[in-house]
Amino acid sequence: MSFNIEGGNFSRAGYASSEIKKLLKQLNVDPKTIKSIVISLYEAEVNIVAHAYRGIMEVEIDDKKITTRLKDEGPGIPDIGMAMQEGFSTAGKRVREMGFGAGMGLPNIKKNTDEMNIVSTVGVGTELIMVNYF
Amino acid sequence: MKLAEIAGILDAKIVCGKQPADDEIKFGFSSDLMSDVLRLDAENMLLITGLANLQTIRTAEMADIKYIVFARNKKATAEILKLARENEMVIIETPFSLFKASGLLFHAGLKPIY
Repeated sequence: MSFNIEGGNFSRAGYASSEIKKLLKQLNVDPKTIKSIVISLYEAEVNIVAHAYRGIMEVEIDDKKITTRLKDEGPGIPDIGMAMQEGFSTAGKRVREMGFGAGMGLPNIKKNTDEMNIVSTVGVGTELIMVNYF
Repeated sequence: MKLAEIAGILDAKIVCGKQPADDEIKFGFSSDLMSDVLRLDAENMLLITGLANLQTIRTAEMADIKYIVFARNKKATAEILKLARENEMVIIETPFSLFKASGLLFHAGLKPIY
């Protein structure tokens, strides 16, 4: 399953995560696990809307786990170590007006996933892979 | 705490949704920062916020929050109400500030998450 994510379009931000939440509910996944998964999905989706030009979310679900790959075309992250620190953010005014941009996104994704891997190239984009086991 | 009691204390209007009969709202959290809301681990929680936009509702959806108070006289738009209804949420609008709304509800027995 895959979703296109449009950079800058805050009225659509969360749509893909919401669809995955509905699907996980239908699959009778434990509600606490669903919450962790959708919070990390939503943080990642908002990151693309907030920072990138466009991106794609690809979701694979089997009986044991959910794997999500989020790939964007955007400015990239020069220092992932810095971005993983709570409170570090490069988000602009518009993102902050939407209630985000506090530098909590990536740390919160780490907290809510079993596996997380992020690779970024400045001037090209970022790829984030998240895995949660059921 | 029951929704009707909360609405009474806040001189507020319930603009969307209703509380299931056996649900009791135990906790309150006040924030305009959705990043902080996404870090909470609580059930039966009331979110009090001055941030009235679609991302408030999306955040509540992901965090399993069913009850939202818009403080500072912020109004829910038709778009907000539509998404809230889809998620069976309750939206309350109060003319009070975030500080006053939080203080009154705390005094009345609504518990902080931390």
